[in-house]
Amino acid sequence: MWEIGLGHYLTVAAILFTIGIFGIFLNRKNVIVILMSIELMLLAVNINLVAFSWALKDLVGQIFAMFVLTVAAAEAAIGLAILVVYFRNRGSIAVEDINVMKG
Amino acid sequence: MYTAAVFLPLLGAVIAGLFGARQFGGIIGERLSQIAATGLLFLSAILGCIILFQFASTTNPQPATIHVFTWIASGELRISWALRYDTLSAVMVFVVTFCSAFIHLYSVGYMHGDPGVARFFAYLSLFTFSMLMLVTADNFVQMFFGWEGVGLCSYFLIGHYYDRDSANAAAIKAFVVNRVGDYGFALGIFAVFMIFGSLDFGTVLPAAQGLVGKKIAFAGVMVDGQYALTIACILLFIGAMGKSAQFLLHTWLPDAMEGPTPVSALIHAATMVTAGVFMVCRLSPMFEYAPDALALVTIIGAITCFFAATIGLVQNDIKRVIAYSTCSQLGYMFFAAGVSAYPAAIFHLMTHAFFKALLFLGSGAVIHGMHHEQDMRRMGGLWRKMKGVAVVMWIGSFALAGIPFFAGYYSKDVILESAFGAESNLGYFAFWMGIAAALMTAFYSWRLLFMTFHVPFRGDPHTYEHIEKTPWTMMVPLVVLAAGAVAAGYLGYKSFVGEGWQNFWGSSIRIAAEHKALEQAHQSPIWVALLPAVVGAIGIALAWYAYMTSSRLPERLASQHGPLYKFLLNKWYFDELYDALFVRPAFWIGRLLWRGGDGKVIDGLGPDGVAATTIKAARRVAALQTGYVYHYAFAILVGVVVFVSLELFGVLRMLR
Repeated sequence: MWEIGLGHYLTVAAILFTIGIFGIFLNRKNVIVILMSIELMLLAVNINLVAFSWALKDLVGQIFAMFVLTVAAAEAAIGLAILVVYFRNRGSIAVEDINVMKG
Repeated sequence: MYTAAVFLPLLGAVIAGLFGARQFGGIIGERLSQIAATGLLFLSAILGCIILFQFASTTNPQPATIHVFTWIASGELRISWALRYDTLSAVMVFVVTFCSAFIHLYSVGYMHGDPGVARFFAYLSLFTFSMLMLVTADNFVQMFFGWEGVGLCSYFLIGHYYDRDSANAAAIKAFVVNRVGDYGFALGIFAVFMIFGSLDFGTVLPAAQGLVGKKIAFAGVMVDGQYALTIACILLFIGAMGKSAQFLLHTWLPDAMEGPTPVSALIHAATMVTAGVFMVCRLSPMFEYAPDALALVTIIGAITCFFAATIGLVQNDIKRVIAYSTCSQLGYMFFAAGVSAYPAAIFHLMTHAFFKALLFLGSGAVIHGMHHEQDMRRMGGLWRKMKGVAVVMWIGSFALAGIPFFAGYYSKDVILESAFGAESNLGYFAFWMGIAAALMTAFYSWRLLFMTFHVPFRGDPHTYEHIEKTPWTMMVPLVVLAAGAVAAGYLGYKSFVGEGWQNFWGSSIRIAAEHKALEQAHQSPIWVALLPAVVGAIGIALAWYAYMTSSRLPERLASQHGPLYKFLLNKWYFDELYDALFVRPAFWIGRLLWRGGDGKVIDGLGPDGVAATTIKAARRVAALQTGYVYHYAFAILVGVVVFVSLELFGVLRMLR
């Protein structure tokens, strides 16, 4: 067995982040998945912050991670709220139907 | 007084046009604008009479010039706006204002109920003003102004019924054909300026004689002065041909019949078509020293007078017959001028103005009565319905055919005698052409009278029952003009072309000493003097035999000489010829430049091309904006990756 080091943590974070990105792009179904993917990317960043905080023996990173979690929670709440309103208006949250931004 | 005679019609035109026409709100109403235009023209006609009387009563009168203002002053070129009054102008001012005044009065009756009456009167007055400007011009440019003015107004008036296609086409045709002549006139003016260095009649005309046998620089080469003068005169004459509807440029005149009848009378009698004759006479000091130009004038005049008469023989439209007769009579005037008998030309111009206005207005009364029927084949028997009109038409025809003691007799006789008296081959040619035309003139005039007034009625019986009475506004001008057609010749003969014509004309007409046509005219053999009247009588008799007896001669002749009849009926195929020679190629070139030059090249590569390319590019760029959130997110991410990579590989640092 090898010792778990900084590199491993960063690798996990990178993998999570990439999964998040692909979650956004390959997703053709609904917006909730996009929100979840964004959440995933934020968590990947949090892992990075905590990992560096542990590796550099500096607590600021962990405190910052707490802030990021708070913001992510707030963002998820707002995002879901928008989603609910959007569904009421449009009757659908399929990604294909959401293109009113088109010029 | 001199100034007022010219400018009163302009005032009338402004009043009727700006305050009367519907297009400008019709502030003063139609009735008042008619009265204003007609009244002012009568005032100017009275002044015209007084002016003519003044000139006629003085022996060898001197020209008077009234300077109005300086028009153009540019380097060597100095042109002032001035009125030049001499006997020639006075005669023309009298003829123009007199005929025009009565045509105005006539129009009040004829145009009754037309929606564009005020506009019509405005143009009628403007037309008269332009013509007065032309005849009182002091220099070539001012003359050109009047020249173009009558051209423009003829366009307006011929196209008066602008909702009719044929009227628009005729108006455009008149304008364009005139433009051909005007081009010649403009070139002639340039040539005059090159030769004389001035455009004032006062400078140019006396100087013409001095050019004979002198070498001058003309268009960059040294040439004989007379040669240069001939070129200038021929160019100017081309202008006269266009305006006076001479052979080759005559095609617009018959089509001008599309306008209301008073317009035809105005164009054909007193104004416009006489402008060319007037111009040649006004420039007599120049033409006198350009014998080749005079020869051309004689030839064109003689051909026109013969050719138009042949066409007049077979036309069925009452106005067209008279139109061709005008064309033919103008030919007389031109060959009179061509053999240096300018006074005879102007004399015929004056008498012709009376009886041609009379004939046109008379035929207008017939057309008015017949509810705008113009085809003589559907008329007949109108003698019973409109006796007054028939009588004046007879008088007019007598004058036109040159029957003794009517106006045309004196003037036509003196023209033919002058042609004979010129004792040149061209003179004899013109003489015989004139005699042949006189025969045909009498024939078609009486053909017109018989077909209109005397043969049994052949139209719709309903129309015959409801023939309209001629109102007094139309009848008064007819009677006055008929009096003119009877008396003008007798009254004018002595002073215009009698032995002492120099006393009457003063310096306004100059005939070189070696041109003796007019003097010889008074000593011509007795048969020459009698021949015109005799052939006139023969023509009348022939017409009587052909149309009033049951000989059915016209039908037989028409069927036996089918091609000849067709040839004449189609006016020598000039319209078709010009259509093929000029109109079609012009259209073809126009279409080529429009479709190919403008459409493909300019629009294709220029504004439209740039616009199309921009739109196409914009469409493609717009396609990137799908509206899907994840596409934008992808773009953001790619951006992040690119910039991070650049940072990592140190590219940005290198750039810094």
